[in-house]
Amino acid sequence: MLKELGRGLITTFKMIIEGPVTTQYPEEKRQVRPRFRGRHILTRYENGLEKCIGCSLCAAACPADAIFVESSENTDEERFSPGERYASTYEINMLRCIYCGFCEDACPTEAIVLGDNYELSFTDRHDAIYTKDMLLEGVPSPEMTTPQKVEPGLYTRSVPEMENPTD
Amino acid sequence: MDWTTWLEWAIKALVLVFTLLIGFGYLTYYERRFLARLQSRLGPNRAGPYGLMQWMADAVKLIFKEELTPAKAYKLVFFLAPIITMVPSIVIAAVIPWGPPVQLFGRTVTQSVADINVGVLFLMSIASIAVYGIVLAGWSSNNKYAMMGGLRSSAQMISYELTLGLSFVAVILLGNSMSLVEIVEAQRGPFGWFVFVQPVGALVLWIATIAEVNRHPFDMPEAEQEIVAGYHTEYSGMKFALFFMAEYQKMIVVSAILATLFLGGYLGPGVDQFPWLGPLYMFIKIFVLLGIMIWVRASWPRIRYNRLMAFGWKVLLPLALAVVFITAVGILLAQEINPWLMWLTPILSLIAGWIATLMVDRTIRRKNYA
Repeated sequence: MLKELGRGLITTFKMIIEGPVTTQYPEEKRQVRPRFRGRHILTRYENGLEKCIGCSLCAAACPADAIFVESSENTDEERFSPGERYASTYEINMLRCIYCGFCEDACPTEAIVLGDNYELSFTDRHDAIYTKDMLLEGVPSPEMTTPQKVEPGLYTRSVPEMENPTD
Repeated sequence: MDWTTWLEWAIKALVLVFTLLIGFGYLTYYERRFLARLQSRLGPNRAGPYGLMQWMADAVKLIFKEELTPAKAYKLVFFLAPIITMVPSIVIAAVIPWGPPVQLFGRTVTQSVADINVGVLFLMSIASIAVYGIVLAGWSSNNKYAMMGGLRSSAQMISYELTLGLSFVAVILLGNSMSLVEIVEAQRGPFGWFVFVQPVGALVLWIATIAEVNRHPFDMPEAEQEIVAGYHTEYSGMKFALFFMAEYQKMIVVSAILATLFLGGYLGPGVDQFPWLGPLYMFIKIFVLLGIMIWVRASWPRIRYNRLMAFGWKVLLPLALAVVFITAVGILLAQEINPWLMWLTPILSLIAGWIATLMVDRTIRRKNYA
Protein backbone atom coordinates (compact mmCIF):
# COMPACT_ATOMS: atom_id res chain seq x y z
CA MET A 1 0.00 0.00 0.00
CA LEU A 2 2.71 2.44 1.02
CA LYS A 3 4.67 1.71 -2.14
CA GLU A 4 1.72 2.52 -4.39
CA LEU A 5 0.85 5.67 -2.48
CA GLY A 6 4.48 6.78 -2.69
CA ARG A 7 4.54 6.16 -6.42
CA GLY A 8 1.52 8.41 -6.79
CA LEU A 9 3.24 11.18 -4.88
CA ILE A 10 6.47 10.84 -6.86
CA THR A 11 4.60 10.96 -10.17
CA THR A 12 3.12 14.33 -9.37
CA PHE A 13 6.36 15.60 -7.86
CA LYS A 14 8.19 14.83 -11.11
CA MET A 15 5.88 17.30 -12.79
CA ILE A 16 7.26 20.12 -10.64
CA ILE A 17 10.79 19.28 -11.76
CA GLU A 18 9.78 19.00 -15.40
CA GLY A 19 8.10 22.39 -15.21
CA PRO A 20 4.87 23.63 -16.71
CA VAL A 21 4.06 23.13 -20.37
CA THR A 22 1.71 26.11 -20.53
CA THR A 23 2.04 28.61 -23.38
CA GLN A 24 1.21 32.12 -22.19
CA TYR A 25 -1.13 32.64 -25.13
CA PRO A 26 -1.66 36.31 -25.82
CA GLU A 27 2.00 37.10 -25.13
CA GLU A 28 3.57 34.13 -26.88
CA LYS A 29 1.85 32.58 -29.86
CA ARG A 30 2.61 29.24 -31.34
CA GLN A 31 3.64 29.05 -34.97
CA VAL A 32 0.87 27.50 -37.05
CA ARG A 33 1.46 24.66 -39.51
CA PRO A 34 2.28 25.56 -43.16
CA ARG A 35 -1.08 24.33 -44.42
CA PHE A 36 -3.09 25.89 -41.59
CA ARG A 37 -6.35 27.42 -42.83
CA GLY A 38 -7.07 30.68 -41.06
CA ARG A 39 -8.53 34.00 -42.10
CA HIS A 40 -8.65 34.69 -45.86
CA ILE A 41 -6.29 37.08 -47.57
CA LEU A 42 -6.87 38.69 -50.98
CA THR A 43 -3.43 38.83 -52.52
CA ARG A 44 -1.83 41.21 -55.05
CA TYR A 45 0.74 40.93 -57.81
CA GLU A 46 4.19 42.43 -57.32
CA ASN A 47 3.15 45.58 -59.18
CA GLY A 48 0.28 46.16 -56.78
CA LEU A 49 -2.64 45.03 -58.94
CA GLU A 50 -5.19 42.80 -57.24
CA LYS A 51 -5.20 39.18 -58.28
CA CYS A 52 -8.95 38.90 -57.83
CA ILE A 53 -10.84 39.28 -61.13
CA GLY A 54 -14.32 39.11 -59.65
CA CYS A 55 -15.28 35.81 -61.30
CA SER A 56 -17.32 34.58 -58.29
CA LEU A 57 -16.02 31.03 -58.62
CA CYS A 58 -15.13 31.12 -54.93
CA ALA A 59 -18.69 32.07 -54.07
CA ALA A 60 -19.94 29.21 -56.23
CA ALA A 61 -17.54 26.73 -54.61
CA CYS A 62 -18.33 27.84 -51.07
CA PRO A 63 -20.36 25.09 -49.33
CA ALA A 64 -21.40 27.45 -46.56
CA ASP A 65 -22.46 30.24 -48.90
CA ALA A 66 -20.28 32.63 -46.95
CA ILE A 67 -18.78 34.61 -49.84
CA PHE A 68 -20.44 37.41 -51.75
CA VAL A 69 -18.72 38.92 -54.79
CA GLU A 70 -19.86 41.76 -57.01
CA SER A 71 -17.72 42.65 -60.02
CA SER A 72 -17.27 45.77 -62.10
CA GLU A 73 -15.42 46.69 -65.29
CA ASN A 74 -11.76 47.72 -65.29
CA THR A 75 -10.66 50.64 -67.43
CA ASP A 76 -7.10 51.67 -68.24
CA GLU A 77 -7.62 54.89 -66.27
CA GLU A 78 -8.78 53.02 -63.17
CA ARG A 79 -7.29 49.58 -63.24
CA PHE A 80 -7.72 47.34 -60.17
CA SER A 81 -6.75 44.00 -61.67
CA PRO A 82 -5.53 42.58 -64.98
CA GLY A 83 -8.21 41.74 -67.53
CA GLU A 84 -11.72 43.04 -67.91
CA ARG A 85 -13.25 42.86 -64.49
CA TYR A 86 -12.43 43.26 -60.81
CA ALA A 87 -14.28 42.62 -57.57
CA SER A 88 -15.89 45.89 -56.50
CA THR A 89 -17.45 44.16 -53.47
CA TYR A 90 -15.92 41.18 -51.78
CA GLU A 91 -17.45 40.05 -48.48
CA ILE A 92 -16.91 36.93 -46.39
CA ASN A 93 -19.19 36.17 -43.48
CA MET A 94 -16.78 34.70 -40.94
CA LEU A 95 -19.62 33.23 -38.90
CA ARG A 96 -20.67 31.11 -41.87
CA CYS A 97 -17.20 30.22 -43.14
CA ILE A 98 -16.10 26.70 -42.25
CA TYR A 99 -12.49 27.20 -43.39
CA CYS A 100 -12.66 24.31 -45.83
CA GLY A 101 -10.38 26.04 -48.34
CA PHE A 102 -12.60 25.30 -51.36
CA CYS A 103 -12.49 28.97 -52.34
CA GLU A 104 -8.70 28.73 -52.43
CA ASP A 105 -8.96 25.69 -54.73
CA ALA A 106 -11.59 27.25 -56.97
CA CYS A 107 -9.76 30.52 -57.51
CA PRO A 108 -8.30 30.67 -61.05
CA THR A 109 -5.79 33.39 -60.17
CA GLU A 110 -4.74 32.29 -56.67
CA ALA A 111 -6.20 35.54 -55.41
CA ILE A 112 -7.86 34.22 -52.27
CA VAL A 113 -5.59 32.41 -49.82
CA LEU A 114 -6.34 31.11 -46.35
CA GLY A 115 -3.79 32.77 -44.07
CA ASP A 116 -2.50 32.05 -40.59
CA ASN A 117 -4.66 34.44 -38.58
CA TYR A 118 -6.98 32.53 -36.27
CA GLU A 119 -7.86 35.38 -33.88
CA LEU A 120 -11.32 36.11 -35.20
CA SER A 121 -13.67 37.41 -32.59
CA PHE A 122 -16.51 39.87 -32.81
CA THR A 123 -19.05 41.35 -30.48
CA ASP A 124 -21.60 41.91 -33.22
CA ARG A 125 -22.96 39.84 -36.10
CA HIS A 126 -22.29 42.65 -38.52
CA ASP A 127 -18.65 42.75 -37.49
CA ALA A 128 -18.36 39.16 -38.62
CA ILE A 129 -18.74 40.19 -42.27
CA TYR A 130 -15.23 40.95 -43.47
CA THR A 131 -15.17 43.40 -46.37
CA LYS A 132 -12.69 43.74 -49.16
CA ASP A 133 -10.66 46.42 -47.33
CA MET A 134 -10.14 44.09 -44.39
CA LEU A 135 -9.24 41.08 -46.53
CA LEU A 136 -7.01 42.79 -49.08
CA GLU A 137 -3.28 42.51 -48.64
CA GLY A 138 -1.34 45.75 -48.16
CA VAL A 139 0.60 47.26 -51.03
CA PRO A 140 4.44 47.09 -51.09
CA SER A 141 4.78 50.84 -51.71
CA PRO A 142 2.24 53.71 -51.69
CA GLU A 143 2.34 54.45 -55.42
CA MET A 144 1.26 50.88 -56.19
CA THR A 145 -2.17 51.26 -54.63
CA THR A 146 -5.22 50.45 -56.77
CA PRO A 147 -6.82 51.81 -58.90
CA GLN A 148 -3.76 52.45 -61.09
CA LYS A 149 -3.55 54.41 -64.27
CA VAL A 150 -1.83 52.16 -66.84
CA GLU A 151 -0.96 52.25 -70.54
CA PRO A 152 -3.63 50.69 -72.76
CA GLY A 153 -3.17 47.14 -74.00
CA LEU A 154 -0.76 46.05 -71.25
CA TYR A 155 -3.04 43.98 -69.02
CA THR A 156 -5.36 42.07 -71.31
CA ARG A 157 -4.92 38.63 -69.85
CA SER A 158 -6.92 38.14 -66.65
CA VAL A 159 -5.61 34.70 -65.64
CA PRO A 160 -1.82 34.55 -65.29
CA GLU A 161 0.51 31.74 -66.25
CA MET A 162 0.88 29.56 -63.17
CA GLU A 163 3.06 26.72 -61.92
CA ASN A 164 2.08 23.78 -59.79
CA PRO A 165 2.16 24.56 -56.06
CA THR A 166 5.23 23.34 -54.24
CA ASP A 167 4.12 23.44 -50.62
CA MET B 1 -10.33 42.27 35.25
CA ASP B 2 -9.62 45.76 33.95
CA TRP B 3 -10.52 47.26 30.61
CA THR B 4 -7.03 46.87 29.13
CA THR B 5 -7.39 43.09 29.30
CA TRP B 6 -10.65 43.34 27.40
CA LEU B 7 -9.00 45.59 24.84
CA GLU B 8 -6.11 43.16 24.48
CA TRP B 9 -8.52 40.30 23.84
CA ALA B 10 -10.52 42.29 21.33
CA ILE B 11 -7.40 43.31 19.40
CA LYS B 12 -5.98 39.80 19.42
CA ALA B 13 -9.30 38.34 18.27
CA LEU B 14 -9.53 40.88 15.44
CA VAL B 15 -5.96 40.22 14.34
CA LEU B 16 -6.61 36.48 14.39
CA VAL B 17 -9.84 36.74 12.40
CA PHE B 18 -8.32 38.98 9.76
CA THR B 19 -5.20 36.84 9.54
CA LEU B 20 -7.39 33.80 8.97
CA LEU B 21 -9.53 35.56 6.38
CA ILE B 22 -6.51 36.78 4.41
CA GLY B 23 -4.88 33.41 4.99
CA PHE B 24 -7.93 31.83 3.39
CA GLY B 25 -7.52 34.08 0.37
CA TYR B 26 -3.89 33.24 -0.09
CA LEU B 27 -4.47 29.57 0.66
CA THR B 28 -6.74 29.33 -2.37
CA TYR B 29 -4.02 31.06 -4.37
CA TYR B 30 -1.36 28.74 -2.93
CA GLU B 31 -3.46 25.69 -3.64
CA ARG B 32 -4.23 26.69 -7.20
CA ARG B 33 -0.64 27.60 -8.00
CA PHE B 34 0.94 24.56 -6.36
CA LEU B 35 -1.71 22.19 -7.73
CA ALA B 36 -1.08 23.65 -11.17
CA ARG B 37 2.65 22.99 -10.83
CA LEU B 38 1.94 19.41 -9.80
CA GLN B 39 -0.11 19.06 -12.98
CA SER B 40 2.42 20.75 -15.33
CA ARG B 41 0.41 23.94 -15.46
CA LEU B 42 1.07 27.51 -14.33
CA GLY B 43 -2.09 28.36 -12.44
CA PRO B 44 -3.61 31.81 -12.05
CA ASN B 45 -1.04 34.48 -12.90
CA ARG B 46 -3.09 37.26 -14.44
CA ALA B 47 -4.71 39.23 -11.62
CA GLY B 48 -1.96 41.38 -10.13
CA PRO B 49 1.73 40.46 -10.02
CA TYR B 50 2.04 36.65 -10.23
CA GLY B 51 -1.72 36.45 -9.83
CA LEU B 52 -1.49 37.50 -6.19
CA MET B 53 -4.77 39.42 -6.41
CA GLN B 54 -6.67 36.43 -7.75
CA TRP B 55 -8.46 35.81 -4.46
CA MET B 56 -9.75 39.38 -4.49
CA ALA B 57 -11.14 38.93 -7.97
CA ASP B 58 -12.78 35.69 -6.86
CA ALA B 59 -14.23 37.34 -3.78
CA VAL B 60 -15.69 40.23 -5.78
CA LYS B 61 -17.17 37.79 -8.25
CA LEU B 62 -18.75 35.67 -5.52
CA ILE B 63 -20.17 38.65 -3.64
CA PHE B 64 -21.87 40.04 -6.72
CA LYS B 65 -23.25 36.74 -7.92
CA GLU B 66 -26.96 36.15 -7.73
CA GLU B 67 -28.04 34.20 -4.69
CA LEU B 68 -30.65 31.59 -5.27
CA THR B 69 -32.79 30.01 -2.60
CA PRO B 70 -34.68 26.95 -3.79
CA ALA B 71 -38.45 27.39 -3.53
CA LYS B 72 -38.90 24.32 -1.35
CA ALA B 73 -35.88 24.86 0.86
CA TYR B 74 -36.30 25.34 4.59
CA LYS B 75 -35.41 29.04 4.46
CA LEU B 76 -34.23 29.72 7.99
CA VAL B 77 -31.96 26.69 8.22
CA PHE B 78 -30.81 27.22 4.66
CA PHE B 79 -29.71 30.70 5.68
CA LEU B 80 -28.12 29.64 8.96
CA ALA B 81 -26.18 26.60 7.72
CA PRO B 82 -23.25 28.47 6.11
CA ILE B 83 -22.86 30.59 9.23
CA ILE B 84 -22.88 27.54 11.50
CA THR B 85 -20.15 26.04 9.34
CA MET B 86 -18.13 29.22 9.13
CA VAL B 87 -18.04 30.37 12.75
CA PRO B 88 -16.48 27.26 14.38
CA SER B 89 -13.71 27.24 11.80
CA ILE B 90 -12.61 30.64 13.14
CA VAL B 91 -13.44 30.05 16.79
CA ILE B 92 -11.34 26.90 16.88
CA ALA B 93 -8.21 28.92 16.18
CA ALA B 94 -8.64 30.88 19.42
CA VAL B 95 -6.78 28.41 21.62
CA ILE B 96 -3.81 27.82 19.34
CA PRO B 97 -0.65 29.48 20.70
CA TRP B 98 1.14 31.34 17.92
CA GLY B 99 4.25 32.17 19.90
CA PRO B 100 5.76 32.63 23.35
CA PRO B 101 4.59 35.64 25.42
CA VAL B 102 5.97 39.00 24.29
CA GLN B 103 6.53 42.32 26.05
CA LEU B 104 4.30 44.93 24.45
CA PHE B 105 3.56 48.42 25.88
CA GLY B 106 4.90 47.38 29.25
CA ARG B 107 2.74 44.33 29.66
CA THR B 108 3.17 40.63 28.94
CA VAL B 109 0.99 39.58 26.04
CA THR B 110 0.45 35.93 25.26
CA GLN B 111 0.31 35.12 21.58
CA SER B 112 -2.97 33.27 21.70
CA VAL B 113 -6.45 34.64 22.09
CA ALA B 114 -7.21 32.32 24.99
CA ASP B 115 -4.97 29.84 26.75
CA ILE B 116 -7.61 27.68 28.40
CA ASN B 117 -6.56 24.70 30.47
CA VAL B 118 -8.75 22.27 28.50
CA GLY B 119 -7.61 23.49 25.08
CA VAL B 120 -7.59 20.07 23.50
CA LEU B 121 -11.17 19.39 24.62
CA PHE B 122 -12.15 22.77 23.19
CA LEU B 123 -10.63 21.78 19.86
CA MET B 124 -12.54 18.51 19.83
CA SER B 125 -15.89 20.04 20.72
CA ILE B 126 -15.71 22.98 18.32
CA ALA B 127 -14.42 20.78 15.50
CA SER B 128 -17.49 18.60 15.77
CA ILE B 129 -19.90 21.55 15.75
CA ALA B 130 -18.86 22.43 12.21
CA VAL B 131 -20.48 19.27 10.91
CA TYR B 132 -23.91 20.53 11.99
CA GLY B 133 -23.73 23.26 9.39
CA ILE B 134 -22.92 20.77 6.68
CA VAL B 135 -25.70 18.36 7.64
CA LEU B 136 -28.24 21.16 8.03
CA ALA B 137 -27.22 22.61 4.67
CA GLY B 138 -27.76 19.23 3.06
CA TRP B 139 -31.10 18.74 4.72
CA SER B 140 -32.55 22.23 4.27
CA SER B 141 -31.67 22.38 0.55
CA ASN B 142 -34.45 19.84 -0.14
CA ASN B 143 -32.28 18.21 -2.75
CA LYS B 144 -31.28 14.56 -2.96
CA TYR B 145 -27.64 15.17 -3.73
CA ALA B 146 -27.27 17.77 -1.02
CA MET B 147 -28.93 15.44 1.46
CA MET B 148 -26.63 12.58 0.55
CA GLY B 149 -23.63 14.87 0.87
CA GLY B 150 -24.74 15.94 4.32
CA LEU B 151 -25.35 12.36 5.41
CA ARG B 152 -22.01 11.20 4.12
CA SER B 153 -20.37 14.05 5.92
CA SER B 154 -22.01 13.24 9.25
CA ALA B 155 -21.17 9.53 9.00
CA GLN B 156 -17.60 10.33 8.04
CA MET B 157 -17.17 12.85 10.84
CA ILE B 158 -18.50 10.48 13.48
CA SER B 159 -16.18 7.73 12.30
CA TYR B 160 -13.05 9.81 12.12
CA GLU B 161 -13.78 11.92 15.19
CA LEU B 162 -13.02 8.88 17.35
CA THR B 163 -9.62 8.46 15.76
CA LEU B 164 -9.00 12.17 16.11
CA GLY B 165 -9.90 12.07 19.80
CA LEU B 166 -7.71 9.05 20.47
CA SER B 167 -4.70 10.63 18.81
CA PHE B 168 -5.33 13.71 20.94
CA VAL B 169 -5.24 11.41 23.97
CA ALA B 170 -1.74 10.26 23.05
CA VAL B 171 -0.61 13.89 22.92
CA ILE B 172 -2.27 14.66 26.25
CA LEU B 173 -0.43 11.72 27.80
CA LEU B 174 2.90 12.87 26.39
CA GLY B 175 2.37 16.50 27.31
CA ASN B 176 0.79 15.66 30.65
CA SER B 177 -1.62 18.55 30.13
CA MET B 178 -4.61 19.63 28.10
CA SER B 179 -3.43 23.20 27.69
CA LEU B 180 -1.95 23.73 24.25
CA VAL B 181 0.73 26.08 25.59
CA GLU B 182 1.96 23.43 28.03
CA ILE B 183 1.85 20.80 25.29
CA VAL B 184 4.07 22.99 23.14
CA GLU B 185 6.44 23.70 26.04
CA ALA B 186 6.69 19.95 26.70
CA GLN B 187 8.18 19.51 23.23
CA ARG B 188 11.37 21.45 23.96
CA GLY B 189 14.79 19.88 23.54
CA PRO B 190 16.46 17.84 20.82
CA PHE B 191 14.02 15.33 19.36
CA GLY B 192 11.44 16.73 21.74
CA TRP B 193 8.78 17.13 19.09
CA PHE B 194 6.09 14.56 19.67
CA VAL B 195 6.33 13.47 16.06
CA PHE B 196 9.67 11.84 16.94
CA VAL B 197 8.23 10.20 20.01
CA GLN B 198 5.00 9.09 18.38
CA PRO B 199 5.37 9.16 14.56
CA VAL B 200 2.43 6.88 13.86
CA GLY B 201 0.25 8.96 16.19
CA ALA B 202 1.07 12.05 14.12
CA LEU B 203 0.23 10.21 10.91
CA VAL B 204 -3.06 8.92 12.32
CA LEU B 205 -3.99 12.41 13.48
CA TRP B 206 -3.08 13.79 10.07
CA ILE B 207 -5.27 11.27 8.23
CA ALA B 208 -8.14 11.88 10.65
CA THR B 209 -7.91 15.66 10.22
CA ILE B 210 -7.94 15.32 6.43
CA ALA B 211 -11.12 13.30 6.79
CA GLU B 212 -12.47 15.92 9.22
CA VAL B 213 -12.04 18.79 6.78
CA ASN B 214 -13.33 16.76 3.81
CA ARG B 215 -10.18 17.06 1.80
CA HIS B 216 -8.94 14.64 -0.82
CA PRO B 217 -8.79 11.69 -0.76
CA PHE B 218 -11.63 11.73 1.77
CA ASP B 219 -13.82 14.37 0.13
CA MET B 220 -16.87 12.13 -0.09
CA PRO B 221 -19.39 14.82 1.00
CA GLU B 222 -18.60 16.77 -2.16
CA ALA B 223 -17.62 14.06 -4.59
CA GLU B 224 -18.38 15.74 -7.91
CA GLN B 225 -18.69 12.57 -9.95
CA GLU B 226 -21.24 11.04 -7.62
CA ILE B 227 -23.33 13.72 -5.95
CA VAL B 228 -22.77 16.92 -7.97
CA ALA B 229 -21.31 19.22 -5.30
CA GLY B 230 -22.69 17.47 -2.23
CA TYR B 231 -24.07 19.56 0.57
CA HIS B 232 -23.52 22.91 -1.16
CA THR B 233 -25.19 21.95 -4.44
CA GLU B 234 -27.99 24.48 -3.96
CA TYR B 235 -25.80 27.27 -2.64
CA SER B 236 -24.52 30.16 -4.69
CA GLY B 237 -23.05 33.60 -4.22
CA MET B 238 -21.92 34.66 -0.79
CA LYS B 239 -23.46 31.65 0.98
CA PHE B 240 -21.36 29.34 -1.14
CA ALA B 241 -18.38 31.57 -0.45
CA LEU B 242 -18.94 31.03 3.27
CA PHE B 243 -18.80 27.25 2.84
CA PHE B 244 -15.70 27.59 0.75
CA MET B 245 -14.15 29.89 3.32
CA ALA B 246 -15.01 27.50 6.15
CA GLU B 247 -13.42 24.61 4.32
CA TYR B 248 -10.17 26.42 3.68
CA GLN B 249 -10.00 27.96 7.14
CA LYS B 250 -10.50 24.53 8.61
CA MET B 251 -7.57 23.40 6.51
CA ILE B 252 -5.40 26.15 7.99
CA VAL B 253 -6.63 25.46 11.49
CA VAL B 254 -6.13 21.69 11.42
CA SER B 255 -2.65 22.23 10.04
CA ALA B 256 -2.02 24.62 12.93
CA ILE B 257 -3.36 22.02 15.37
CA LEU B 258 -1.15 19.32 13.91
CA ALA B 259 1.85 21.66 14.04
CA THR B 260 1.05 22.52 17.66
CA LEU B 261 0.45 18.99 18.87
CA PHE B 262 3.16 17.09 17.03
CA LEU B 263 5.58 19.46 15.33
CA GLY B 264 6.53 21.60 18.31
CA GLY B 265 4.16 24.47 17.59
CA TYR B 266 6.02 27.78 17.66
CA LEU B 267 9.26 26.19 18.85
CA GLY B 268 12.34 26.65 16.73
CA PRO B 269 15.91 27.91 16.96
CA GLY B 270 16.17 31.30 18.67
CA VAL B 271 12.52 31.59 19.60
CA ASP B 272 13.32 32.33 23.26
CA GLN B 273 15.45 35.37 22.46
CA PHE B 274 13.11 36.67 19.77
CA PRO B 275 9.52 35.75 20.67
CA TRP B 276 8.26 37.20 17.38
CA LEU B 277 9.90 34.29 15.59
CA GLY B 278 7.13 32.09 17.03
CA PRO B 279 4.44 33.06 14.52
CA LEU B 280 7.00 32.73 11.73
CA TYR B 281 7.84 29.15 12.73
CA MET B 282 4.13 28.40 12.99
CA PHE B 283 3.64 29.85 9.52
CA ILE B 284 6.42 27.72 8.05
CA LYS B 285 5.05 24.56 9.63
CA ILE B 286 1.49 25.29 8.54
CA PHE B 287 2.73 26.15 5.06
CA VAL B 288 4.53 22.84 4.72
CA LEU B 289 1.58 20.85 6.07
CA LEU B 290 -0.81 22.60 3.68
CA GLY B 291 1.60 21.90 0.85
CA ILE B 292 1.52 18.20 1.69
CA MET B 293 -2.30 18.31 1.72
CA ILE B 294 -2.31 19.87 -1.75
CA TRP B 295 0.27 17.41 -2.98
CA VAL B 296 -1.89 14.54 -1.74
CA ARG B 297 -4.89 16.06 -3.48
CA ALA B 298 -3.01 16.10 -6.75
CA SER B 299 -1.75 12.55 -6.38
CA TRP B 300 -4.29 10.22 -4.88
CA PRO B 301 -7.72 9.17 -6.13
CA ARG B 302 -10.81 9.51 -4.00
CA ILE B 303 -11.46 6.51 -1.78
CA ARG B 304 -14.80 4.76 -2.23
CA TYR B 305 -17.39 5.32 0.47
CA ASN B 306 -17.60 1.84 1.97
CA ARG B 307 -13.82 1.61 1.96
CA LEU B 308 -13.64 4.99 3.67
CA MET B 309 -15.83 3.62 6.44
CA ALA B 310 -13.92 0.33 6.58
CA PHE B 311 -10.62 2.19 6.74
CA GLY B 312 -11.87 4.46 9.51
CA TRP B 313 -13.34 1.76 11.71
CA LYS B 314 -11.17 -1.26 10.96
CA VAL B 315 -7.75 0.27 10.46
CA LEU B 316 -7.44 3.77 11.88
CA LEU B 317 -9.45 3.28 15.08
CA PRO B 318 -7.55 0.14 16.22
CA LEU B 319 -4.30 1.82 15.24
CA ALA B 320 -5.20 4.90 17.26
CA LEU B 321 -6.04 2.69 20.23
CA ALA B 322 -2.68 0.96 19.82
CA VAL B 323 -0.97 4.35 19.69
CA VAL B 324 -2.60 5.39 22.97
CA PHE B 325 -1.68 2.07 24.59
CA ILE B 326 1.92 2.20 23.38
CA THR B 327 2.31 5.79 24.53
CA ALA B 328 0.97 4.94 27.98
CA VAL B 329 3.26 1.93 28.26
CA GLY B 330 6.25 3.98 27.13
CA ILE B 331 5.55 6.71 29.68
CA LEU B 332 5.04 4.16 32.46
CA LEU B 333 8.29 2.36 31.64
CA ALA B 334 10.15 5.67 31.50
CA GLN B 335 8.80 6.70 34.88
CA GLU B 336 9.25 3.37 36.65
CA ILE B 337 12.50 1.99 35.25
CA ASN B 338 14.64 4.26 33.06
CA PRO B 339 13.86 7.49 31.12
CA TRP B 340 15.64 6.03 28.08
CA LEU B 341 12.89 3.42 27.76
CA MET B 342 10.73 6.29 26.44
CA TRP B 343 12.34 5.63 23.08
CA LEU B 344 10.61 2.26 22.96
CA THR B 345 7.46 4.26 22.09
CA PRO B 346 8.43 5.28 18.52
CA ILE B 347 9.79 1.82 17.78
CA LEU B 348 6.67 0.09 19.03
CA SER B 349 4.36 2.55 17.32
CA LEU B 350 6.20 2.13 14.02
CA ILE B 351 5.75 -1.62 14.39
CA ALA B 352 2.04 -1.08 15.02
CA GLY B 353 1.80 1.10 11.93
CA TRP B 354 3.65 -1.49 9.91
CA ILE B 355 1.23 -4.20 11.05
CA ALA B 356 -1.73 -2.00 10.07
CA THR B 357 -0.19 -1.46 6.63
CA LEU B 358 0.31 -5.21 6.23
CA MET B 359 -3.32 -5.81 7.15
CA VAL B 360 -4.52 -3.28 4.58
CA ASP B 361 -2.24 -4.87 1.99
CA ARG B 362 -3.64 -8.30 2.75
CA THR B 363 -7.20 -7.02 2.38
CA ILE B 364 -6.46 -5.32 -0.94
CA ARG B 365 -4.79 -8.43 -2.35
CA ARG B 366 -7.79 -10.62 -1.45
CA LYS B 367 -9.39 -11.91 -4.62
CA ASN B 368 -13.00 -11.12 -3.84
CA TYR B 369 -12.18 -7.65 -2.53
CA ALA B 370 -14.44 -5.19 -4.28
